Amino acid sequence: MKHALRDAGLSALIALGLFTPLIGLVTESGDHGLELRARPIAVVVVVSLVFLGRLLMLTRAARIAVPTLAGPSPAMLRAGRAVAPMLLVFAVLLPFGGSRYYVDLATLVLTYIMLGWGLNVVVGLAGLLDLGYVAFYAVGAYSYALIAEHFSLGFWTCLPLAGILAAFWGVLLGFPVLRLRGDYLAIVTLAFGEIIRIVLINWVSLTHGPNGITGIPRPTLFGLAFSMDGGEGTFAGFFNIEPETIQRVIFLYYVILGLALLTNWFTLRLRRTPLGRAWEALREDETACRSLGINVTNTKLTAFAIGAMFGGFAGAFFATRQAFISPESFTFIESATVLAIVVLGGLGSQLGVALAAIIMVGGLELLRSFLSFLADQMGSELFAGIANELPLYRMLVFGVALVVVMVLRPRGMVSTRTPTATLAPLGGSA
Amino acid sequence: MLSVTALTMRFGGLKAVDDVSFEARAGDITAVIGPNGAGKTTVFNCITGFYRPSEGGIALTHASGAHFPLDRMPGYRIASRGKVARTFQNIRLFAGMTVLENLLVAQHNPLMRASGFTLAAVLGLGTFRAAERHGMEKARQWLDRIGLLDRANDLAGALPYGAQRRLEIARAMCIDPVLLCLDEPAAGLNPRETEALNELLKSIQGDGCSLLLIEHDMGVVMRISDHIVVLDHGKKIADGTPAEVRADPAVIAAYLGEGDEDEEAA
Repeated sequence: MKHALRDAGLSALIALGLFTPLIGLVTESGDHGLELRARPIAVVVVVSLVFLGRLLMLTRAARIAVPTLAGPSPAMLRAGRAVAPMLLVFAVLLPFGGSRYYVDLATLVLTYIMLGWGLNVVVGLAGLLDLGYVAFYAVGAYSYALIAEHFSLGFWTCLPLAGILAAFWGVLLGFPVLRLRGDYLAIVTLAFGEIIRIVLINWVSLTHGPNGITGIPRPTLFGLAFSMDGGEGTFAGFFNIEPETIQRVIFLYYVILGLALLTNWFTLRLRRTPLGRAWEALREDETACRSLGINVTNTKLTAFAIGAMFGGFAGAFFATRQAFISPESFTFIESATVLAIVVLGGLGSQLGVALAAIIMVGGLELLRSFLSFLADQMGSELFAGIANELPLYRMLVFGVALVVVMVLRPRGMVSTRTPTATLAPLGGSA
Repeated sequence: MLSVTALTMRFGGLKAVDDVSFEARAGDITAVIGPNGAGKTTVFNCITGFYRPSEGGIALTHASGAHFPLDRMPGYRIASRGKVARTFQNIRLFAGMTVLENLLVAQHNPLMRASGFTLAAVLGLGTFRAAERHGMEKARQWLDRIGLLDRANDLAGALPYGAQRRLEIARAMCIDPVLLCLDEPAAGLNPRETEALNELLKSIQGDGCSLLLIEHDMGVVMRISDHIVVLDHGKKIADGTPAEVRADPAVIAAYLGEGDEDEEAA
């Protein structure tokens, strides 16, 4: 107990050092420019939380250490199988029950789920650490925006083009980095992501540089536009209903849901093909793959290409949803977020990635809105303050979540792997 | 069928393999033996394309007459076209995949062709499903042969050591090799497992596959080899049948460590 107290005290001391500048000091615009204000109470609260948390962890250490070793129980596996269909039903029904706010939020979450699933092919299956995934997202978005601008083609024509172009860039990135592994690969992909962004900023004649591209056309439903005039050839006009913005919002939601499900179906299908198995084998042991006559080069390139293609689809969707894109949307932080989602969810696990995206992207936003709701109801300064500042601590929350998951479940939230083929027991088949 | 001529491999100033030539005849079990650091594994890595020899040639001739210059082929083609399979000194299974998957990955090339480079497989076309059934059947036969049929759906990394060795051999055999190179297959096995290994290797030879093996366990080498090549300090010091090699004074000297000093004193 004495040891635990000392340890917890030490943790509290570290927390004090960390959080004094992070939380204890805020800058506010005052009469003479920015002013520094101290918040001793907030620091005391956070530090004592760390102290208590550490103490609790140490006194219960034995109980925490065990479950990481044991496999999931059958009951848990059964419950786990039910999660995916439940999520799907919820996702399909959401627009009927939710307000515009929730549909918008769910669209954002689904974009990240799709990006996560795309990156999962590269990182989770093929084991190639890619820190520049946002590059393909950007290629997809700009492909659509530029093709639509110059050739006035619609979303559905451009979507495959955006995917193909992103896949092409995936292969282009793949070639020089084929010999690299692990850390070296990560650094080069990181650089690639930055190169794409910087080219987008500086190639002003093509991309309009930092000003971005505006007026990107919205998608249509079999040629029916979602415009507000409600005339002939629009969605509202065709069905004879009042034109409302929510119709377009819901339509966009279903588009991304469909795209994400397509990604999921395709990935699950690919896993069971020889190519998918070769990816996983590559992740396990590249040398052994070579000794079995697998062309490692081509296998890696296809992983890059297919992962990039999904990134490109998501990018095209992002462009059409926002109707405006600029290089600012494609910073490293996006790559990091998507990678964090994949790692948190469990490398290679489709369900894990979905759960992680829901928690990381949706959860934080819901927490914020819940806190501001509380603040409104109770007129509480404290809750309002936390709600207002929560987005600022987004990365801190991500970091804490990553640490917690990695301590408790080192292989991600969902670490069970379904074999791609099973042999029926003897006597089962002739 | 395999002929190694004047093979030399340098790492910087070090000559790991120095002007080694030998033949491995079709249908034979050829053993490469020698003390630690003699260059056995380097020879293996040259044959299987993991190293490119500094000098010399390695040629493989199939029974069909097809000729492959292994020293000039890209690594993976040696396995896919040349049909030379290998195992590793430190087992290299796909530990996170199941036993069955390990054997299916080994059939990558024929399955990939059947899958129409993935398109047919994604669409679930009948031709691919038939090919996959065939692949599963082949895997089942090998699992039966190495006694791991009941563990087909377990992770390969969870198998006991001896079973992992056998699985690695079965995996190599799933590429339908004409030459199987085994790097110390008996290392770390108990006598009973070694016995089972001997039988497995003999039965593989019976199927018409030639074997090339590196081994330290003289019991295994002397009993199953048809032909032995002895290396020491990167040079070939003897070449012949087990009986000839056993009686060779140079081999005895290399293994018992009496050598230069004594001879010089004499």
